[in-house]
Amino acid sequence: MMFGDYSIGDLGAILAMQGFAGLILFSVYVLMALGLAIIFGQMGVINMAHGEFMILGAYVTWMTSNAFQHYLPSLFPGYFFVAMILAFIASGALGMLVEWGLIRHLYKRPLDTLLATWGLSLILQQAYRSVFGAREVGVELPDWMMGSAQARESIQIPINGMFVMGLTILITVVVAYVLFWSRWGRQVRAVVQNRVMAGAVGINTEKVDRYTFGLGCGIAGIAGSAFTMIGSTGPTAGQLYIVDTFLVVVFGGAASLLGTIASAFTISQTQSTLEFFLSGSMAKVITLLAIVAILMMRPQGLFALKVRK
Amino acid sequence: MGVAALPAITMLPRLSFADVPATSAINTTGLAVTDTEVTVGILHSVTGTMAISETGSVEAEKLAIEQINAGGGVLGRKIKFIQEDGASDWPTFAEKAKKLLVNDKCAAVMGCWTSASRKAVLPVFEQYNGMLYYPTFYEGLEQSKNVIYTGQEATQQIIAGLDWVNKTKGAKTFYLLGSDYIWPRTSNKIARKHIEGHLQGAKVVGEEYFPLGSTQFNSVINKIKLTKPDVIYAIIVGGSNVAFYKQLKAAGIDLSKQTLLTISVTEDEIDGIGGENIAGAYACMKYFQSLDNPNNKAFVPAFKKMWGEKTVIGDVTQAAYLGPWLWKLTAEKAGSFDIDKIAAASPGVEFKGAPEGYVRIHENHHLWSKTRVGKAKADGQYELIYETADLVEPDPFPKGYQ
Repeated sequence: MMFGDYSIGDLGAILAMQGFAGLILFSVYVLMALGLAIIFGQMGVINMAHGEFMILGAYVTWMTSNAFQHYLPSLFPGYFFVAMILAFIASGALGMLVEWGLIRHLYKRPLDTLLATWGLSLILQQAYRSVFGAREVGVELPDWMMGSAQARESIQIPINGMFVMGLTILITVVVAYVLFWSRWGRQVRAVVQNRVMAGAVGINTEKVDRYTFGLGCGIAGIAGSAFTMIGSTGPTAGQLYIVDTFLVVVFGGAASLLGTIASAFTISQTQSTLEFFLSGSMAKVITLLAIVAILMMRPQGLFALKVRK
Repeated sequence: MGVAALPAITMLPRLSFADVPATSAINTTGLAVTDTEVTVGILHSVTGTMAISETGSVEAEKLAIEQINAGGGVLGRKIKFIQEDGASDWPTFAEKAKKLLVNDKCAAVMGCWTSASRKAVLPVFEQYNGMLYYPTFYEGLEQSKNVIYTGQEATQQIIAGLDWVNKTKGAKTFYLLGSDYIWPRTSNKIARKHIEGHLQGAKVVGEEYFPLGSTQFNSVINKIKLTKPDVIYAIIVGGSNVAFYKQLKAAGIDLSKQTLLTISVTEDEIDGIGGENIAGAYACMKYFQSLDNPNNKAFVPAFKKMWGEKTVIGDVTQAAYLGPWLWKLTAEKAGSFDIDKIAAASPGVEFKGAPEGYVRIHENHHLWSKTRVGKAKADGQYELIYETADLVEPDPFPKGYQ
């Protein structure tokens, strides 16, 4: 047994850190899936280019970091907040442009949006490669974001992990507020439930679609910006996230924000616990098998919105 | 004085028109060789996932070709290259390889990076009798008449590094990590055999693999904290690398106290990881950009002049640079471009101008080369800590390690 030789104190510390590892993974999953869940859930569009919108955010962060180092070195410790806002704007703007130029022509052909956005992801990857070069870029972080907080003598909690956690909570709350309590959110939900009727009562459904898609992509941009702390930034780095992202969204039930969160929690806890007791690859295999089995029994995902068809 | 100097000039090893061997004599199999030109192929991914890694190889090969041409070419002929894109897709590699050999009749091809792409083109090179110069350090277990392996095979890269860390750091416990595919798995297998069979009292306390592209390493980092190994032995590749080192640092593992030895992080990868995140780690390979020898002192500025001040040169990039040179030297030794003659003449060919110092081709078509250990610095460069006294013999089918 692997625990034979270790003291109770050691094990306690590892258990605590492992708990945090699971929570951090949970936040990462929520953050990367949120944008996709909004777009998929509210519009029924499967955005295969989601990862590329994230990487746009990462590149914006990289450029912001360089700009601050160059022109405003004294403000460098705080550049990350500016970078995240810029990432949101850049990805959101590109998202709205894509909706206007591509997606809106394909609303009645969901399978074609799959193909079109996949093509878009290839185009964006090559565009990043041409503009920023094929090699990965290193995003330099302010010192305060690196390293770990010493909770107790043997317990270290990664600061960037806590940062991602805080960010995820903030964004989830904001999105929930926007969708469920604001006037615009009510319009979005009305369009989801009955597009024709919503149009008939005077909601500009085209505008709602555009902003919804923009919001989803913008959140992807923020996620990409945050992930420069834990992952790589390169033309194809978006592909690293896309599978997990789809897993979370589909498992959670496409149309439900709560489902996304519940599914991210389930998957991340399973994954991180299994990773600790088995090996990385085996943990992934078992997690995937479990998800497939559950989806066979419950194809609509964990939570499904009840809509009259 | 002026007159006296004349004979010296004519003695320079420049081939005058009359000295250039006739095309019919040096090309009996219909390769793309004219009286003034010889065509070679460059086959790497410049699009897709692998472009990150393969870009450096393309750059190095073009530099070598340009330098060879500036020095008069090969057997009196300038090298012309045709570049094809493998697009990070293995069937595409095979198709383009066939095109380079069958349509373009390339006298040699510099190319491939991943083992998967090499395995895909190998039958093509054997069927159509081409010559491939392959630059990447790889897992071994392969040998072909039609391939020259200019990177190290696994035992060359692994054993010397393990011996070093065992001897100088007194390392007894090892935690093996890797991305989940053939190279890290084969390499770790060799490492484990060496640790358990050849290092006194040493043992492996953990061995783990992660799917390619994994970005979450917190769980395994906790396991490392629990088992407290003397050495973390990491063979993680691609985007996962960046995630792993960033998270290692964030989890409070200080690489100046915890020994980490890797065989997969060259200066190229550090660019993406960020020097500050990996400073203190040790890498074991055959070349570092910081090597202090006259060849390298000429090579690094030439490379930067051609490809920009900011580009870095990793182990594989240097190995790719060897390809065109070794082919040129072999062709001159054989006095022919014929593939069979090149293959036969390859063993024993030595390249004294190699940036890594000196290399020689072994009978098994791999290179004799030194193995070196470098320590990563915050500026993204490695500082040379140790190098083997002699060239290490390549052994692609190591007995007792399979």
